[in-house]
Amino acid sequence: MKRQTLFTIDTIYRQPLAVEGLFFSDAPGAEPAVAVVGALRGDEVQQMYICSLLAGALSRLEQEGGLARGKKILVVPCLNTFSMNIGARFWAVDNTDVNRMFPGYDRGETTQRIAAALFAELRGYAFGVHLTSFYQRGNFMPHVRLWETGYQDAALADGFRLPYVIHSAPQPYDTTTLAYNLQIFGAQAFSVYSRNTSTIHEKSARRALRAILAFLAAQGCLSAAGAEREGAPADPAYPDSAAPLHIAADALLTVLSTHGGLYFPSREPGDSVAEGDALASIRDPFTGEEKELVRAPAPGRVFFSHEGNLIAGHDVCFRIIQE
Amino acid sequence: MGETLQLQKNRILGGGAKKRVCVVTGTHGDELEGQYVAYLLAMALRARPELLDGIVDIYPAINPLGINSINRSSPLSDLDMNRLFPGSADGNTTEAFIDAVTRDIRGADICIDIHASNIFLTELPQVRVGERMAKDLVPPARRLNMPIIWVHANATVLESTLAYSLNELGTPTLVVEMGVGMRITPAFGEQLTHGILHLMDHMGMWGEKVRITPATLVGRDRHVTFLNAESSGIFIAETRVGQTVGAGERIGFIADPVRGELIEAVTSPAEGLLFTIREYPVVYQGSLMARILNN
Ligand SMILES: [Zn+2]
Repeated sequence: MKRQTLFTIDTIYRQPLAVEGLFFSDAPGAEPAVAVVGALRGDEVQQMYICSLLAGALSRLEQEGGLARGKKILVVPCLNTFSMNIGARFWAVDNTDVNRMFPGYDRGETTQRIAAALFAELRGYAFGVHLTSFYQRGNFMPHVRLWETGYQDAALADGFRLPYVIHSAPQPYDTTTLAYNLQIFGAQAFSVYSRNTSTIHEKSARRALRAILAFLAAQGCLSAAGAEREGAPADPAYPDSAAPLHIAADALLTVLSTHGGLYFPSREPGDSVAEGDALASIRDPFTGEEKELVRAPAPGRVFFSHEGNLIAGHDVCFRIIQE
Repeated sequence: MGETLQLQKNRILGGGAKKRVCVVTGTHGDELEGQYVAYLLAMALRARPELLDGIVDIYPAINPLGINSINRSSPLSDLDMNRLFPGSADGNTTEAFIDAVTRDIRGADICIDIHASNIFLTELPQVRVGERMAKDLVPPARRLNMPIIWVHANATVLESTLAYSLNELGTPTLVVEMGVGMRITPAFGEQLTHGILHLMDHMGMWGEKVRITPATLVGRDRHVTFLNAESSGIFIAETRVGQTVGAGERIGFIADPVRGELIEAVTSPAEGLLFTIREYPVVYQGSLMARILNN
């Protein structure tokens, strides 16, 4: 492993923000194969943690000669220590989101410059993997997501061996994300979602690690045996899938609340549900009286669940994969 | 809990005409310049109801939760509400709210969406128009009594703004940017209120002539020079918006308070009208300090 500062941004009264990259199989002449990016936002602790697990696994493999020569891997665990160190999700000065600034602009605003500097480092890699989080607070089943830019090769997503691949049609707001722009500029890019964001969820972090190692093996960066050993043990809750289900994001069934109040979910991501099953109870916050029993409108599997003890009226309680 | 998210609207009716003007503000909860315009306009219309022929809908707070918490974004999702239009009835609370806003405004004869700058910049009053709609929108924009119309390129990311979405739905929508975040500049508010009444007079909705300053400059992207900081430090402005600056003229500097050194002199590369200036002194590499409309 070669640990290297990719670029720095000066600050006032703090040390410069130094963005670091970890390089593996970086012999002269190696072709840039896969770039893995962790926390772009200051609260993506889980995403940074997954990168640290990956760095440990790749270091061990590299030391024993288990990485393919000539296939360079770059891991960028955290872009935004500037915000993470003070508990801010977005760029701590102006609250802008670096993941809405790609491909960046090197003469523009600070976060545009940061995006441009990172993007320059990632250009040329054949594959990009972004560990990211969703704007809605909640928990997901681990999955891979890809943008339908017209350049995507969806079959490659099967290499993660996760049970679900979600295809998203980009909205205007999405055209400035990292994964979208990597794809537009010629890489095959995937976003990997694990369960949590601001706190570590060990099991789903390990599941994401296993998925990324499987993907690296599928791209010939390491052997299947090496991926299996470093990714062990397999998680019986989210088993490997040789033929993942590909689903359009808008085909997920949304279950909305009618009332706001105290929120008591009884199902979680991964649970299979029958039509009419009770999924959550919403209670009057002062009297405790049940205002609403949220039920499954169709059979399927819980894919996303709202996080928090309170919920607003007309908010997303669950998203369900219809099976 | 204990409250319902409501969109407040003040509908003022006069005469029998069906023409409708919508004045919208407060999509960004930290931009308050439009609050004063909403107040002045409602007051002017109430004072002389006999002059009004048509419908004026004033929406002072598209992001009521943000205004109540000094939040630019919607505090429910931490997303910029002006990137979520036209919204979605099946989406979360914010998206469903935006869908209701869009449907309520849709069909108006004209809509004026008032923004202040953020807390970092002060803007000379200006109307911003996307290139694709320039032919239709520049003529009404000229009536708004704003010194500048900026015709800008259509970026994909801006396709989810209130203005873009309404223009696509056939409701002509003008975006006004003026002043600074978290503050009210009374002179700018009065200037725009006169402009709205002047525009309404031209639409046959207001029975009195309102004088405006006709000298509106129309600038395109290639006429606008951006000055971004190359160093991090404290920016001291030496000019104000509305001033004409010469090529090479110093408009401010970046200071290092620790060493007592001037780090960077900020000079205008071209002659023109300074229409944006940094208000918030702390700057980082890249922070916008000024914009100039080249002569
Ligand atoms: Zn605004």
